[in-house]
Amino acid sequence: MTVLDRVEGREKVTGTARYAFEYPVDGVAYAAAVQADVARGEVTAVDVLSARELPGVLAVLSCVDAPRLEPVPDGELALFQSARVSYRGQFVAAVAAETLETAREAARLVRVEYAPESADVVLRADHPGLYKPEKVNPAFPTDTEQGDPEGAFAASAVRVDATYRTPAEHNNPMEPHTTVARWNDDGSLTLWDSNQGATPVGETIAKVFGLGADQVHVVSPHVGGGFGSKGTPRPNAVLAAMLARAARRPVKFAVPRQQMFATTGYRTPTIQRIRLGADEDGRLNAIVHDVVEQTSTVREFAEQAATPTRVMYQAPNRRTSHRLVRLDVPTPSWMRAPGETPGMFALETAMDELAVAAGVDPVELRIRNEPDREPESGLPFSSRNLVACLREGADRFGWAGRDPAPGVRRTGRLLTGTGVAASTYPAYLRPSRATARAEPDGTYTVRLAAADIGTGARTALTLIAAEALKADAADVRVEIGASDLPGAPVAGGSGGTASWGTAVVRACEALAGRLNGGAVPPGGVEASADTTEEVKGREDYARHAFGAQFAEVAVDVDTGEVRVARMLGVFAAGRIVNAKTARSQFVGGMTMGLGMALMEESSMDERFGDFVNRDLAQYHVPVCADVRDVQADWIEESDPHLNPMGTKGIGEIGIVGAAAAIANAVHHATGVRVRELPITPARLLPRL
Amino acid sequence: MRPFAYERATTAEDAVARHAAGDGGGNGRGGTAYLAGGTNLVDLMRLGVAQPARLVDVRRLPLDRIELDTDGGLVIGAAVTNSDLAADRTVREGHPVLAEAVVAGASGQIRNLATVGGNLLQRTRCPYFQDAAKPCNKRNPGSGCPAREGEHHNLAVIGHSAACVATHPSDMAVALAALGASVRIRNAEGERTVSLDDFYRLPGGEPECDTVLEPGELITAVEVPPLGMPSRYRKVRERASFAFALVSVAAALDVDRGAGGGGAAGGEAGGGTIRDVRLALGGVAHRPWRARRAEDVLRGAPATRESFLRAAEAEMEAAEPLRDNGYKVPLARNLIVRTLTELGEGS
Repeated sequence: MTVLDRVEGREKVTGTARYAFEYPVDGVAYAAAVQADVARGEVTAVDVLSARELPGVLAVLSCVDAPRLEPVPDGELALFQSARVSYRGQFVAAVAAETLETAREAARLVRVEYAPESADVVLRADHPGLYKPEKVNPAFPTDTEQGDPEGAFAASAVRVDATYRTPAEHNNPMEPHTTVARWNDDGSLTLWDSNQGATPVGETIAKVFGLGADQVHVVSPHVGGGFGSKGTPRPNAVLAAMLARAARRPVKFAVPRQQMFATTGYRTPTIQRIRLGADEDGRLNAIVHDVVEQTSTVREFAEQAATPTRVMYQAPNRRTSHRLVRLDVPTPSWMRAPGETPGMFALETAMDELAVAAGVDPVELRIRNEPDREPESGLPFSSRNLVACLREGADRFGWAGRDPAPGVRRTGRLLTGTGVAASTYPAYLRPSRATARAEPDGTYTVRLAAADIGTGARTALTLIAAEALKADAADVRVEIGASDLPGAPVAGGSGGTASWGTAVVRACEALAGRLNGGAVPPGGVEASADTTEEVKGREDYARHAFGAQFAEVAVDVDTGEVRVARMLGVFAAGRIVNAKTARSQFVGGMTMGLGMALMEESSMDERFGDFVNRDLAQYHVPVCADVRDVQADWIEESDPHLNPMGTKGIGEIGIVGAAAAIANAVHHATGVRVRELPITPARLLPRL
Repeated sequence: MRPFAYERATTAEDAVARHAAGDGGGNGRGGTAYLAGGTNLVDLMRLGVAQPARLVDVRRLPLDRIELDTDGGLVIGAAVTNSDLAADRTVREGHPVLAEAVVAGASGQIRNLATVGGNLLQRTRCPYFQDAAKPCNKRNPGSGCPAREGEHHNLAVIGHSAACVATHPSDMAVALAALGASVRIRNAEGERTVSLDDFYRLPGGEPECDTVLEPGELITAVEVPPLGMPSRYRKVRERASFAFALVSVAAALDVDRGAGGGGAAGGEAGGGTIRDVRLALGGVAHRPWRARRAEDVLRGAPATRESFLRAAEAEMEAAEPLRDNGYKVPLARNLIVRTLTELGEGS
């Protein structure tokens, strides 16, 4: 098994790896933004006089006087293009100044007047505005149905009918969304930007400003986390570029943490009703998964929460559906495993409820409902090792002999219990380009606009290139994170390494062919690849990673505090390129799932229309003390139907199922089934 | 961030004089504020919640000593850092509840900067207080209290008013309340000492005032009487570390095991009669909540779970939970019983 240290690790731990805000740019100015403080309405006046008079202020822009932008599909990028306020916290004005402090003070002095309208900000399952979107993210059918799900459910011997709720959650990468924008003498625009894909950011921002794609240079070699929230360009990039043009100076803008809660995306809250009908042995006869979610009035985002239910278990009668309501709220977006994360919390909790109702061990229940083909599409799986993960995990966790009785294991004031849940995530492949170059000194340089957002992608690509070139990893340099490099897709959908790696392998193969064993000429040799046709030509298979997660919790009966004593995840995600960074991805995902289970929740105040907890003191993510013993391992798969490396994605599957495993363990510990996350003392203690 | 002037004081007298030379006012709009560790004030300035025109830095004043009184009490300088206080051997041995409370708060990095004086004066973390774009009677008197009908799952259940349901965020202050500490205050006229009980206010109609400090007054030390009985601090929070308390308990219990226990509890394991007890709650009120009703029930009572429960229920009778924080009432009750039981058992 390959274990390579993160190639840029030394730069990162010594602080020399440069993140967007840290680029020293001559003559730079600083930006601050003004947020709407009504949830819906029109801006009627913007008084910028006192802001402009503040010494050091260089430019003030708002919807009253901002230059026109070209329309793009993402309405969140139409910065200051309309007097319409679509949600509280939307950017309505911005300032550039000599210092950050001056910019923020000036932003505070901008007076915006509104004609407010009554706002609708709360998701309800019976909301009259619920509608059926045309598709769900990214392009799945909204609804599916086979057989007679309602009838089969009604006729089933064992039934579970329960509604699960997950709250709005925010991605909260350590590095905020940041852009340094500079207009160059040739009319081009350079953006030092924190994002998950320099190519799509460059293309989109070029459209917004009416430029050619080659006139926007996006530089993003290091990114301090994204979790999906940096997968699309955000208003910060437009704001910095717009202000830089108005101020005739380069402009730096990092979205303050408090402002991120409205402007950089979040996971929609969900209300999910699941019905499972089974025979007395727990064999599923009907599965119905109906999802209700929100989107904004600015842009539709339809989280595909029921799509994992189309993949997981056999049942002849089945239905999934998604309904959305457009609320006067910030636009929800991608957050680590959008769809699978909330959807599998619901499905895998329901499976635990079915295990209890049928009196079947929850590991065995899942094995019993293992399909031999993808249930809804009927396609063969390229590989599927859920059962192996369950068995291996159960073995290593010590699952055998588990007493299923809930609420009976007590030590002092602690109740303990164990839970299991399955994980799944699709294995995507997208077109990418790459070049590989043999240098006269015997080293190689591989170039493509991939993104390493902390995942270890640069390291994995180094190994992939080295293997394709039959070279030492130490002799391979991988240059990524810039839009001037060969175009590459976003780091998203856990498809980065697969997509980029395919292009890297093809480029390296082409280079090897060109070298043909000969010496490298003085000028070096270069070859390139574009995988568009290869990706189009793939055979039809159902390609997914799977996993099994086990958790042990201790619940304090006096306080309702839940602590996770240990977690084990066993995954089957194709070939693992680099064990060290892969483990970190799995453990990171599981840890984020622990946060989802026990603490993460963005609270909407319906009178104001914004998320009230807007910093890391109020929006809790796990701290080290919460993460006691989180172990991840994997079953090596050899799957010829994926890509030349044989990889599936690993960035997201770790979070999928983690919250259900913990919630199921809480039930086993206490006998209390919490169907609404997170499981805080406020929710749990009154029921103990 | 609003521009401000900065100066550094050399002595407590100098600090008070410098403050008086300014244009008065607290750390609200304009005015002068003392700056020590800055772990809360600087955040509030960035948020536009505190907008002092002038800062007088008191961090380097010679108030960084922990002294042992002749009677075994402590005098803790206001500029002692939270880290130094928690690590101090005298404190750990004589007043473990205080050391435990301090390490239960914040993070190592913050405790290295934060001072005792500043810890006492930190402001509520009520989310509405911290959002300058929203009404808040504490930040902007008369503007209203959106927390009452809003996000208040971690706000007050006891002693709140129509105007304010904020909680005081300090862990250290809860231990100091249980210990019967006093605050030594320097002003232009000289020095005064106020018991912690009198130092903190309930919100009433003036939630903008957290304490009885007058403008320009400076905390120079905290006096802690000797304890002489086992004590501990218990904090419940939504994650294992680095979170404010949902409810916390500071408790000390002195049980006379030779007195036969008395009543129905005679002969029970961990029995005996309660000679003395100190109890304070955090996370439930606008100030550290000294649980005097519970203490009154307990003094002279048998040291049994039943007594502890009776005392806890007596204390929490005064609770008036809001729509979403009713769980704090059984939580506080359970935590009192649990902590006293453990102290009674010597576990």
